Formats: sequence, C-alpha cells, structure tokens
Amino acid sequence: MSEMFRAKIDIELTVNGEAVEGSVPAGQHLIDFLRLECGLTGAHASCEHGVCGACTVRVDGIAVRGCLMLAAQADGAEIWTVEGLSETAAIKDLQEAFVARNALQCGFCTPGMLVAAEELLAGGGVPSRAEIREHLSGNYCRCTGYEAIVDAVESVARTRAGRGAA
Amino acid sequence: MTIPFGNPDRPNSYIGKTVPRPNAAKLVEGRGRYVDDIVLPRMVHVAFVRSHFAHARIAGIDTAAAREVRGVLRVFTGAELAEVCTPWVAVLAHLKGLKSPPEHALAVDRACWVGEPVAAVVATSRAAAEDGAALVELDLEPLPVVTDMMSALDPATPVLHEALGDNLAFRREHVEGDPDAVFASAHKVVSAKFVTARHTGVTLEPRSILVDWNPADRQMTAYHATQAPHMIQAVLAQHLDLPESRVRVICGDVGGSYGIKVHVYPDEVATAAIAKIMGRPVKFVADRLESFTTDIHARDHEIEARLAVDADGKILAMDVDDWTAIGAYSVYPRTSAIEGNQVVNLCGGPYDFAHYRARTTVVFQNKTPTCQYRAVGHPIAVAITEGLVDLAAAELGIDPVEIRRRNMFRDDAYPVTSPAKMRFEGLSHHASMDRLMALMDYDALRADQAAARARGVHRGIGIASFIELTNPSPFMYGIGGARISAQDGCTVRMDPDGSIVALSGVTEQGQGTEAMLSQIVAEGVGVSPSNVRVVTGDTQVTPYGGGTWASRGAGIGGEAALRSARALRGAILEVAAAMLQADQASLDIRDGAVVDADTGAERMPLEELGRIVYFRGDTLPQGLPRELVQTRHFITTEYPFAFTNGVQASYLEVDTETGVVTLLKHWCVEDCGRIINPQLVDEQIRGGIVQGLGGALFEEIHYDADGQLLNGSMADYLVPMAAEMPDMVIGHVETPTKESELGAKGAGEAGTAGAPAVVMNAINDALRPLAARVTHMPFTPERILRALGKIED
Repeated sequence: MSEMFRAKIDIELTVNGEAVEGSVPAGQHLIDFLRLECGLTGAHASCEHGVCGACTVRVDGIAVRGCLMLAAQADGAEIWTVEGLSETAAIKDLQEAFVARNALQCGFCTPGMLVAAEELLAGGGVPSRAEIREHLSGNYCRCTGYEAIVDAVESVARTRAGRGAA
Repeated sequence: MTIPFGNPDRPNSYIGKTVPRPNAAKLVEGRGRYVDDIVLPRMVHVAFVRSHFAHARIAGIDTAAAREVRGVLRVFTGAELAEVCTPWVAVLAHLKGLKSPPEHALAVDRACWVGEPVAAVVATSRAAAEDGAALVELDLEPLPVVTDMMSALDPATPVLHEALGDNLAFRREHVEGDPDAVFASAHKVVSAKFVTARHTGVTLEPRSILVDWNPADRQMTAYHATQAPHMIQAVLAQHLDLPESRVRVICGDVGGSYGIKVHVYPDEVATAAIAKIMGRPVKFVADRLESFTTDIHARDHEIEARLAVDADGKILAMDVDDWTAIGAYSVYPRTSAIEGNQVVNLCGGPYDFAHYRARTTVVFQNKTPTCQYRAVGHPIAVAITEGLVDLAAAELGIDPVEIRRRNMFRDDAYPVTSPAKMRFEGLSHHASMDRLMALMDYDALRADQAAARARGVHRGIGIASFIELTNPSPFMYGIGGARISAQDGCTVRMDPDGSIVALSGVTEQGQGTEAMLSQIVAEGVGVSPSNVRVVTGDTQVTPYGGGTWASRGAGIGGEAALRSARALRGAILEVAAAMLQADQASLDIRDGAVVDADTGAERMPLEELGRIVYFRGDTLPQGLPRELVQTRHFITTEYPFAFTNGVQASYLEVDTETGVVTLLKHWCVEDCGRIINPQLVDEQIRGGIVQGLGGALFEEIHYDADGQLLNGSMADYLVPMAAEMPDMVIGHVETPTKESELGAKGAGEAGTAGAPAVVMNAINDALRPLAARVTHMPFTPERILRALGKIED
C-alpha cells in the first residue's frame, strides 16, 4: 500500500504569492510539502490529527489544517503561511500585539494561532472575549494559558475597528 | 556596590520592568529554528518499532521485509545497539533504597511497556523509515503484566523485574513528633482519599533530536530540544564511550518543555548511537502517538490522608500515606522517586504544626515511566493539604480563609523549619492572603454565591495556599551522584562596538530566559537591554550550567549574570579611569556611556573605549588590565532550596444536571522574591495555572488492565482549550531571598502547584449543600454526577 502513497502527482499552486510547482507523493500532507519542499518551517506538525492547530495555514482564504490536507489537493490553490503574511506585513499589527502582550512563550503554536486569529479579525468588528476564545479553541497553546492571546487579538480588533471608523 | 532595587529612578533600572523578549519577534514571524527545522547534508531519519504489549519476551525480530523498502538503509535491534551503547540504572545515592534495573536504548530481551522501543529503522526520509518500521515483524511472547498500583506489592502479583526481588522501587517514611498520640486524642480528625490522574506534558513540539557524529573530528553534535544541555552531554558521552569534551549539545528554540524534555529517553540515546555507527546525521522527531506512549508521565498517585485539629481549627497533626506507580523503569538520571519524595516534603507546607507522618510508596508497573513534570509533586501535596484543611473548616464551621490564617506560619516567624524538615528563609503567607482577599473581594463573592444559590445555581469558591520549591542546590541531584549541575555560570563580554554579549548556562524554553538575562546584564553593566545579545543552549560555548528545571533560571542563572555583568562594569571602568585620568569610583556607566557618577555627564561612549582597547591598546598604560570578558558562577549554599509561597482562588459553577464545571474566574497571589520582568512572571503563572486546571478537569491517561494505553491522541487526551479557560488575576508580594544580591526565587511552578487543589475546593464548596464531595481528579462530569448520586451503575 505504501507504494500507492508514493505515486507522484504533479501540482501547481501559489504559495505566499509565488508560483510553485511540485511532483509530490500522493500521501504527502500539505504541511510536509510546505516544510520539506518549500522550506517554510513556520507552521508545525504537532498532533497530526487536526486537533491542535499548530499546522494552520491559509488556503484560498480559509484557515486550514496542514496535517489534514494532502499536498495533491492543493493543486491550483492559493496558500499563505506565516512567512508570507510577515513579508507582506499583512498581520504586522497582530504580530506586534502578540510580542507586546507576550502572547507567546515557546512560539511553536504561534504561526498557526496567528493564521486562525487573522481569520476571525478579517471578519471585521470587535468580537467578544468569549467569541475570540471560541474561535481559537481549535488552536492549542500549552504555555500561555490563552489569556494573553485573547488580550492581543482583542486589542487588535479594537484598534482596527477604531481605524475603520475614523 | 549594591543595586538600590527600591528606587525606580535609579540609573539603568531594567530589573523589575516589563521589557519585550528579544526572541519573540522572530517566533511570531515563523523564523524560529526548532530541531525539526534543521536539515544537514547526508541526514537520515530514524523511526522506531515499539512494543505493542505491556510486557513481553522478545523471541525474535524479522527485519527482512523492512530492509526491502525503498529508502531504508539500516535496521537496528537492541542487541546491535547494545554493542556501542551501555545501559543505565536510574538511582540516586541519597534516595536510600531506590532500585531500578538496567535500561537499554532499545529493549534487548524483554519489553516492559507499550511503546518501549525495540527496533530502529533508518531511511532517507521519515516516510520511508515509517514504511520500513511497519514491516518489521516482532515476535513477542506476552508475559504477565502489573498494571494496578495498589496491588503491585501483593504476594500474588507477578514481579516485573525478577532481579529486583519485588515491585517496590522506593519507600520513604518521615515522622516528626508523635502523630499517633495526637490523632488518638484530637478534638477532630478529618480524612480523605485523594487520587491524582496520570498526566503527560503534551508539548506541542514533540521530543526531537538530530545527532551528527563526525568521525574525522571525533566530535558528536546533538541538536536537541532539551532543558539540560550539559546533562545530556554527560549522558551521551558516558554511554557512547566518548569524552565529554567531544560531545556538543546545541539547544535552539524549543517548542514547550514543562519538565518533559529534561530526561534521558531511550529512543534519543538510540538516535545518537545510530549516528555514531553510521557516521552521518540522524534525526528523530516523535510523532504524537509516540509522545503519548513514551514522553514521561506523571502524577499517578493514590493517597489516604488525615488531619487532626483542635476546636479552634488549629492543625495538630497530619498523616499522609502516598502511593505512586512509576511505570517499568526509574527514569534516568533524575529518577522517578523524586515526585513521591516531594509529596513527603511538601505536605502541610504553609502551616505551623508539630506532628507529622508521611510515607510514599513507589512501585513498578508495566506502563510508561513517570518522572518529573512541572511543579513536581506540588499539585499532589497541595491537593492533599488544602483538601483536608477545607474539610476541617467545614466540619468545624470555620471560614476557609480564617482557618488558614489561624495556621499559616506568621510572616515574621522566619527562618523556620517545617515538620517535613524543609527550611524556609522567608515567606509571606499572610500578606499574600490579604492581597488575595483584596483582589478578589472575597466578601462580595460570598454574597454573589449566596444569591446564586437562592436561584438554584451552584457556585463555589476555592482557596489554596501553597509553598513552591525553587533554586535547587546540589541537594536535589548532585549529592546523589548525578552529573546535574546546580551551579550556573554566565560570561559577559563587551565587543569593540560597545555592545554586550552574555553567554549563560540556563536555557530558553519560551519562558523568557533570554529577556530576563538581557535585563539583568543591561542593568549590571549599564547599557540598554536592546544592546545585550544573549546566547544560551550550546555546551561548547556557554559556561557550564544546569539549564532549566525546578524554577532555577532567574534565581541562579540570573544571579550569575548579575555578578558577571557587575564584574564587566568594573573592568570597563578601570580602563575608563585610566583613559580619562579619573578616579574609578567617580565614574559610572549609564545607557552605554561612561559618565560622571555625580552629575551623569557623559565622558565617553563605550564604543570609543572599545575602539581603544581592541585596536589601539598601545595607547593604554602598560600593565593596565583590559579584560572586557568576565565570567562568574553562582550556587546557593545556605539553603538546599529557596521556597516561595502563594495562594490561589477559584470561582466556578457546577451544573448539577450535567456535571459540567464552568470556571468563572481565577486568582493567584504569589511571592517569587525579586521580580525581574513583571509581565513574564505573570504569564508564567497564568500558563502554569492552566496546566494545573488541565489536571483538575480534563487530563488523564487511561490504560486497560492489560497495560494498553487507550487515549494516545490529542483528540482523546484532553488538554485545556481557550474556550474553557477563565481570565486570571495575578498579584504579588515580594520577599527577596537573602542568598543572592538579585534576590530572585522561581515562579515557574506556582500556577500548576495550586490550581488543581483550588478547583477541587471550589467544586466541593459548590456541592457542600448537596452533601457531595469529589477528591478523584480529574473532576469530569461523570465523577461529579457520581458524587451527586445521579449515576450509580
């Protein structure tokens, strides 16, 4: 059976705004393709069950588990990872808020957490703390106890809403 | 010169301020470098074949099919690795009677728990190694298993390790005073059975190691997600027959540790052995099932305990019978007897009483080995103590806060020695309780609770005082014979551009070590923290040290950093005095420049001093010392440990129909001595609380009677998620230790130490009108409904 997983499939996709081509094993997960083939080590494989969210990346505008999606399924997709979101300064305010509030300790969950948080923030408005907690409940953090993360996301939502109103 | 910490307007006042972490910006950009991010030329991957039985004789291993897999290079068995890697025995001399059998990197004759590594498959990719591992055929003959803790010593129970004679790994009993006589005559005796579940740390980054053996240099380099690089250096050298000087352990970014990554794991040693055999880099990263079956477990205890009190609620005596089952081996080199030992040492910790007996019984069983995990033993000891104190308060009709105030050591009583023979230099139980009462507005909360009860809503308030062991001396491990350093060092140097580099033996696991060190060094030298670069986690580069465990980084590593920084300041000023023809005592360094101490007027920027020293040393007086590199080490000597204290409170609601507990709010006041970075301390405590809340409400490793682990995924082993966690109010009292100029004690365990007990007490406070009580963690809806009599089958 493992030979079937090794069969190569050609894919073309956009990763962080750059065109990428690959010939990937059928069984390769998106997170492994991004880490091993693209050198994008920001998002991490952790639970490998789609539970913890450390592998979260943006696929066609949606926060997706990189460990639950095959690379072959990403043919034609537009993918953004923390590296691309950093280089384009798309989430600079969120990243600065995480640093200022110490909303990360070991940083292993952070790239996925940021993608998930940005998905919520992109919806606009100022979500309640309960809504922030609910939205991030698919992204585990073992270090912070979450409160600092909720604070950081809440502060960015308020700032963005204020800017939009002004 | 003593730093006037009390004056916030002092020059270079970085100690005590919230300063951003220098390494946080890279982590939010995904630019961290964890072990799995490292790729070396000719690197190969190893996957392990593990025992699927809890206890089995290894009758044969057929590797033929695995070797046929494309990409598979080698397959190793235990016997092959044993030729290059010696086994270890995890005992310590000061834990008298502790025994454990020799343990190999790969099991040789017998596998003793589900997940024990038996064979290793090396391939050009991780995927190929896993494909190969799936085709290795283990011929395992099942042997009788020991899984139940309390019957492990019964004559009818099979002996797990025949050579040891029985299943007892360790037993210690401590008796102070005459507890039996006091219990016989006391006004009131309360008792309870407590159970704390088997946990594991669930670091989001799995255990990871990449080992490169360069036979030409005779140098082994291990890139390792670890808390103790120098300890790992010593262990790899000893068991792979290398000089310590030829083993370099590099610890870059680590994705969570909490004690999980301070131990020696057979598969990691096997990875190093394979690298030595193959002469090329070998990477091992555990997958999540391997994390659950092979990361150390902890906290698997059953305890019967009693408390004797007089009519006023004064504690007279405490009696604790603690049992814990540690799996198949004591874990190397810190051993698996420490947790039970800590329970004996820590029970009753906050309270002034005279008669004490505590016994811990540590037994072997066919499960994953247990060892030190964050707040080792504390959550257990605090749950026992605070559970009993609340029970006594309820029986006597005394408010839970009041009974604690009547029994806690007075704040002016120190130094004192506890009934467990722990020595306290200075604690602040009463000041901390006062601060907690103010923060939580206790009386208003009681009124809210009463109003809720009138509506049929069951809310509870829990209180738990505790002590926390930090800043360990060699009394923790060194005196037992382990090469685990309790001292730590720091080298601070000034480079030609006036910038400062600090190299420290303590490590960064995400708690903010490098920020803390940069603040201390900045203040000690007289520069901005942004002008201090900190280097940690490289045994070939940093001074020898212990790393990160038992909340020692700030107290011990921080003091070494302060002393080396002050020494560098002196060395710089000696050169400056010669250059400026001034009295050295009239000069100071502030914000990166030499200034007049009296007026603050700038005399010379440090980069000018650097230019002269490094490029125009000919212009300085002959014989003038110009050592702009200074190293100092620090070890605590007066107390074996620096104890801290704190008190937590929880307000929660119990749904008596569903058994679900909703955490409404949480408070913690703690006293870690001098606070170096308030934000980092608060976040350590918040993170610690949530790990403790996990133990209280969710976390429990399940095994069946055959020793099969039943919940080996994050979908099945529950950890706290954002939605269930409360906001937490953190407060502080500062009682600096007098052992160091810095005065810092540890803060890493406080949150985890008290959280399970305080949730237990809050649930029981909520359930008291219903005559229900829970003491078996985690407090799942099922256990709460059983306590309420709503489930009876």
